[in-house]
Amino acid sequence: MGIHRGHRARPLEWLAEKFIFLVSLSTILMVFLIFLFVAREALPIFLGQADTALVQKAISPDELDKLSPTRLQQYLDLTPQQFAAMDKETLKSLMELKQDAQNEIPEKFRNDPDARANTTDWHYLLLPHQWSGYDKPEYIWQPVGQIQKYNIIPLLVGTLKVTLIGLLFAVPLAVGAAIYVSQLASPRVREIVKPTIELLSGIPSVVVGFFALLIMATVLQKIFGYQTRLNAFVAGCALGFAVIPVIFSIAEDALTSVPSAYTQAALALGASRWQTAWQIVLPAALPGVFAAAVLGFGRAIGETMIVLMVCSASVMSWSIFDSARSITTTIAAEMAEAVSGGPHYRILFMLGALLFAATFVSNMIGGVVIQRFKLKLEGKR
Amino acid sequence: MNTITPSQYLPEAPQGRHFRAEKFDFWSFFFSGLTGLATLFILGILAVILTNILINGWSAISWHFVSTIPKKDFFDASTTGVLPMIVGTTIRVFVMTVFVIPVGVITAIYLTEYAPNTALVTRVIRAAVNNLAGVPSIVFGLFGLGFFINFVGKNMDALLHNPSAVWGQPALIWASLTLAVMTLPVVIVATEESLKAIPPGLREASLALGATKLETILRIVLPQALPGIMTGGILAVSRAAGEVAPILFTGVAYYMASLPSHLSDQFMDLGYHVFVLSTQSPNIEQTRPILYATVLVLLLLTFALNIVAIIIRARMRKKLRSLG
Repeated sequence: MGIHRGHRARPLEWLAEKFIFLVSLSTILMVFLIFLFVAREALPIFLGQADTALVQKAISPDELDKLSPTRLQQYLDLTPQQFAAMDKETLKSLMELKQDAQNEIPEKFRNDPDARANTTDWHYLLLPHQWSGYDKPEYIWQPVGQIQKYNIIPLLVGTLKVTLIGLLFAVPLAVGAAIYVSQLASPRVREIVKPTIELLSGIPSVVVGFFALLIMATVLQKIFGYQTRLNAFVAGCALGFAVIPVIFSIAEDALTSVPSAYTQAALALGASRWQTAWQIVLPAALPGVFAAAVLGFGRAIGETMIVLMVCSASVMSWSIFDSARSITTTIAAEMAEAVSGGPHYRILFMLGALLFAATFVSNMIGGVVIQRFKLKLEGKR
Repeated sequence: MNTITPSQYLPEAPQGRHFRAEKFDFWSFFFSGLTGLATLFILGILAVILTNILINGWSAISWHFVSTIPKKDFFDASTTGVLPMIVGTTIRVFVMTVFVIPVGVITAIYLTEYAPNTALVTRVIRAAVNNLAGVPSIVFGLFGLGFFINFVGKNMDALLHNPSAVWGQPALIWASLTLAVMTLPVVIVATEESLKAIPPGLREASLALGATKLETILRIVLPQALPGIMTGGILAVSRAAGEVAPILFTGVAYYMASLPSHLSDQFMDLGYHVFVLSTQSPNIEQTRPILYATVLVLLLLTFALNIVAIIIRARMRKKLRSLG
């Protein structure tokens, strides 16, 4: 457009253009920074540098000079900056404190093999372990206490349980409504129903959580008659309700973008409206509907407040009528009490990084599928 | 109305419905009904939630409730109030818009007006916007803690030689910035949509009259896109006003005796207060009325904004239809 005369002719215009370009790069920068800083805080876990062992071999303060600086820094749990700022006297007194602390550990733990273990090691994180006092290997998430147990499997199971219940509830309803609104409803009904369902996404998730906690939990318990009032099932249903608008609008969009020639041809051949919707439009729009479900999954797995309010006990159980604790809930509930920079804090950031990766992948899949679907429809036109 | 409908001047013309299939197909009827029921079910739950909150909240809400700063024990229904929460939510959302609107609008301008459509940069920016929209809100909270507080804030304290942590702790500004990052895609998408809807003829006319590209954007395109930009801003505000997870570690306070007065202060928040009231109350039956009232205030705030956005968008579409 126009005649380009280079940046000398209009220096201000040129500057403004460069400025606009730079500002628009900020979105890329933000995604990069999110990844960088969440991963940065979790890095010691991935590298195996965090050590939670309660009983450690105490080093006598007299050996201060014999230790290498890196070993000493690791031994005293210091960051490089803190370490650099300390003089020899402080280091020595810290070592004395450490030695005293080791001496004060109760006899009970001193002979416990678990107290010598670094529980942030990956097989403590992923595999069942027979903790002393238990009679069989178990998956346990118990980040407080003398021996911290960080098995993340109960959290993964809890997340999957709640998310899958949510999707089982949301996908049929949302896709059904999308078929109805885009194919079967009269234009007037469509104009009212569509914005109303989209209005649903304007309800804050705390409000959905509050409603599930006060009303839905009681109603569902009366219908199904299970024991615990607050469980994964209630959380899943509430979660499903929160992701319905997401799935609905994407699926509806996909169904509407199927060329009307398809519909008209089917109707002209004598198919009923439903037959057209089910046998012609839905198969054509299937990639879009699939993408809607995938993006709904990404939204559901990242939802925090609903699950946090409805159930939060971390038990290892596949039963949908037991409580469950999802990854998001764990981060939200425990970050406040985790010591900044400590192993618990780092594990929570690691969970955040996992979550980020999971939603990143599901968004990528959903986005690519939708893009291909649109291109295919355009190519066929 | 005295317009003539087709049936009046063509009495013999066959109506469309006569062409429909004669045979009644049971399964078609059954499944159509099923999808209709799914739609009704969703609308039904929505209606139940809204009426339940409206009825219970309306009887509990009062002027005293929305204009009082509560004492330490805010579970007591007779003396409590939500003024600091309303103020806190409003301020954090306002500070957020100051950051997110310029960045979002400029990015949208780049994407629609300048970006070469097939270039790698454009595609990467679009992918980044999509991904940003899908990042879980709790991860934004972690990002705010790891980046804004532990990195930016702590380094600011070190540079300013503050004796104690001023910026390197949860604060209003960090919560707002975290929310700004989170709502960036909302603003970008809404602005882009409104920029795309402007007929290219307007731009071409302006360019033909000798205006430069920048002048065209500033004087012709942006004023036309203003309703769309406002919609984006309002949607971002209503989304951010209801979000709790991103501010959990970046600035919200369980209780504060006074209103926040500085960007480095913590603040109380409506959504977080709903969470506190419904999960940490010593006596849920007693706090139920104030809980409903707080939820109603939060809903009014977010919903009112949403409806305004929907109306502006509908008007804009109508206007553009008449233009192009």
